[in-house]
Amino acid sequence: MATLTAVAALSAAANARDLTVVSWGGAYQDVQKQVYFEPFKATGTAMNDESWDGGIGVLRAKVQGGNATWDVVQVESEELALGCEEGLFQPLDFAKIGGEAQYLPATVNSCGVGAIVYDFVLGYDKDKLKSAPKGWADFFDTKTYPGKRGLRQGPKTTLEIALMADGVAPKDVYKELGTDAGVERAFKKLDSIKNDIVWWKAGAQPPQLLASGEVAMTSVYNGRIDAANKKEKKNFGMVWNGALFTIDSWVILKGSPNTEASYKFLNYVGKPEIQAKLSENIAYGTSAKDAPKHVKPDVLADLPTAEANMANAIEINTAFWLENLDRLTERFNKWAAK
Amino acid sequence: MVAVVAAGDIPLKRRLRRAERARQFRALALVLPLLAFLLFTFLIPIGGMLWRSVEDPEVGQAMPRTVAALSGWDGKDVPGEPAFAALAADLRQSYQDRSIAGVAKRLNYVSNGLRTTVMGTARRIHDLPAPGTARETLIAMDPAWGERITWTAIKGASGPVSDFYLLGALDLKRNMEGSIVRAPEEQAIYVDVFGRTFGIGLGVTALCLILGFPVAYLLASLPAGQSNLLMIFVLLPFWTSLLVRTCAWIVLLQGEGLINDLLRWVGLIDAPLRLIYNRVGVFIAMTHVLLPFMILPLYSVMRSISPAYMRAATSLGAPPAVAFVRIYLPQTLPGMGAGCLLVFILAIGYYITPALVGGAADQMISYFIAFYTTDTVNWGLASALGAVLLVATLLLAMVYGKLVHGQQNTGGLKN
Repeated sequence: MATLTAVAALSAAANARDLTVVSWGGAYQDVQKQVYFEPFKATGTAMNDESWDGGIGVLRAKVQGGNATWDVVQVESEELALGCEEGLFQPLDFAKIGGEAQYLPATVNSCGVGAIVYDFVLGYDKDKLKSAPKGWADFFDTKTYPGKRGLRQGPKTTLEIALMADGVAPKDVYKELGTDAGVERAFKKLDSIKNDIVWWKAGAQPPQLLASGEVAMTSVYNGRIDAANKKEKKNFGMVWNGALFTIDSWVILKGSPNTEASYKFLNYVGKPEIQAKLSENIAYGTSAKDAPKHVKPDVLADLPTAEANMANAIEINTAFWLENLDRLTERFNKWAAK
Repeated sequence: MVAVVAAGDIPLKRRLRRAERARQFRALALVLPLLAFLLFTFLIPIGGMLWRSVEDPEVGQAMPRTVAALSGWDGKDVPGEPAFAALAADLRQSYQDRSIAGVAKRLNYVSNGLRTTVMGTARRIHDLPAPGTARETLIAMDPAWGERITWTAIKGASGPVSDFYLLGALDLKRNMEGSIVRAPEEQAIYVDVFGRTFGIGLGVTALCLILGFPVAYLLASLPAGQSNLLMIFVLLPFWTSLLVRTCAWIVLLQGEGLINDLLRWVGLIDAPLRLIYNRVGVFIAMTHVLLPFMILPLYSVMRSISPAYMRAATSLGAPPAVAFVRIYLPQTLPGMGAGCLLVFILAIGYYITPALVGGAADQMISYFIAFYTTDTVNWGLASALGAVLLVATLLLAMVYGKLVHGQQNTGGLKN
C-alpha cells in the first residue's frame, strides 16, 4: 500500500499538468465546453481544453518531440488513419469506455473512437425552388431545376456525387470509382453541368451561395444548413438521400502522461445520454448507438445519425482517398482547365 | 614622381585603406542585425525549401536492406530471391518502428495502389518467411510484388536525393528504363498552371499600369491639398484587410449583386453577367488590390519630373501628344519598371483572392503549393513547385534588370 502511494505521488509529480483535451474550436467547441467539459470537470477530474486546425504534421511534432502537451485530440478520418499507421496514438482499449458494442460500428477504430458524425448533403433554398429535389440526379437536372450548382472544389465528394447522380448505388460508389472507367464516367457526368458549377472551398461558403441566390443547390455540411435556418431564419432544405458522411474521432496521443484521465474522459463523453445533449445544441450525430433515443424527436429528424437519414448515406472512404487524392486532384484540375 | 611617405613611413594609400576599412566595419556592424534577421527568416527557410525539393529520404532510411539488394539490379526483370528476402525483413522492421507509412506514401506517388500494397503486406508479415520462400510468400500476399513497376519504384525512390519531385513539378517523370519522359496526359497540369500564373500576373500588371498611370499623373500634378486627399483614397485599400476587400468584390459582382442589379435596372442586360467565379472576377479583384503598388512608385517618379521639359518641347513646336510620348513618358520609365515588377511579383504569388473569386480553372500555382503542403502533406512536390516558381521569378527579375539597365533614364533624348 505504501509503495502504491509512493508510486502515485511520483507519477503525480511526473505529470504536473492536467488532462488536456483538444478540439476544433468555434461554435462547436463552445457547445462541447457546455455539455462535455464542464460537466466532466464536475465529476472530479481537472482538465483544460485547447483548439487546433488539424494536420498530421502538428501531431507528429507533438508526439515525436517527446513533450506531448496534449492528451486527447479530436481528429479527422485521414489523421486517424495516418496517425494510427505511424503509431502516434495509443491503441484504444474499448473495455474502459463502455465496450465496442456501445458504439456504431463505423465509429470503432483500433486507435480512436468516434466523436461526431456529419454529412455532405444536397442543400437548397425552399423559397427559390418550386419542388423539392430528391437526390443527386435532380442536382444534375438543370432543366427541371434551373440555376447554378455549388460543389466543393476538388475530386473528393465531387466524383462520388457525380456517380450517384449517374445512377450508381451508394454502396457501389467506391467500387466504381476504383476503376478507370468509373472515373471517366464521373467526369463525363460532371461535363453535363460544367458551366453551371460554382466551386466552393470553405465550409462557410455554400450557405452564402444559397443565401445570395448565386446557386440553386449546393453540396454542403449539414450543420451549416441547420445553423443558417436557426440563426439567420433562412428557409433552406436538405436532402439526406445519397448523403456522404464522415466521422471525427477522439484519440489519445502516444506518450500522454494522463492516460487514465483520458479514458475517464472518453468514457464520460461516450455515454449516450451525454452525447444526446451535444446533438441537441449542434446538428451533429454522435457515436453511441443509443444516443438518438435520448434526443428530442424534432431535433433528431435533422441529425446525420437518425435512422431515416442513415438509410441511403455512405461513409467517405478514407483509405480510397489516401491512395488516390493526389492523382485524382491532378486529373480534376486537368478537367477543370479544359 | 616621388611617392608621398607620411609619418611612420606608412604610405598614404595604405592609411587611407585602413580608415576606409574601419568605416566599412562600422557600417557592417550597423546592418548586422538586419543581415542576421534576413539569414534566419529568409535565406535559411528558402534553402530548406530548395533542399526539400530534391531530398528523398523515406525509402532509403526505412528499407536499407532492400536498397542494398537492389543496387546491382539491372531493372530488366523482377529481381531474385535475395531482394525479396531483404524486402520482407525491411517491411517487418519498419512496420515495428512505424516508419513504413512514409514508404507507402512515397511509393504510391510513383504507382497508384502501392500504398495499400506496402501497408497491407507490412501488416501481415509477423514472421520472416523461411529461407528461399520470400518471393512466393510476398507475391501470394500481394501480386503487385511480382511486377517490375513496383521494384523500379523502390529503386527510383532509394534516395537520399532524387529529381523525382522537380521533374513532377514540370510534368515530367522517369520511365521504367530511367529516361525522362512526359507525364501522362491527365496528370500533366503544372506547366499549364505556371503559364496561367504568369498570364494572370502579366494581365493584372498591364491593367494596373493602364489604370494607375493617369491616377499617378493626376496626383503628381494637382496642388498639395487636393493631391493629399486623393492620396488617402489610393492608400485606403492598405488599411483594409485583403480578405474583406475580396469578399466585398463577391458582394458587388455576384449574380444578384449590386453591379448586375444596376445593369438590369438600367435595362442593359436581361440575364446577369458572370463576373465572378471566373477569370473576369480574378482580374477585377486582383487589379483593385494591387493598384496602389503601381501608383506609388509612378507618383514618386512623376513628382520629380520638372514641368519645364514639357513646356520647352511645346515651345519648340511639338504637339502635346508628341511631347508627351517623346519627353514625358521616357522619364517615367523607372517608375513604370518598378511598379510593374512589384505588381507582377506580388501577383504571381497570390493565393487568397483567386481562391475566393476564381473558378476551378483560375487557380494559380500558390493554390497547389498550399494544397500539397496542408491537404496531402506532399512536401516534396510543394517544395519543387515553390522552387520552380522562385527560379522563374528570379529569371524574370534578371531580364527586367537587363532591360532597365539598358536604358537608364536618358530622358529619351538620344533618339
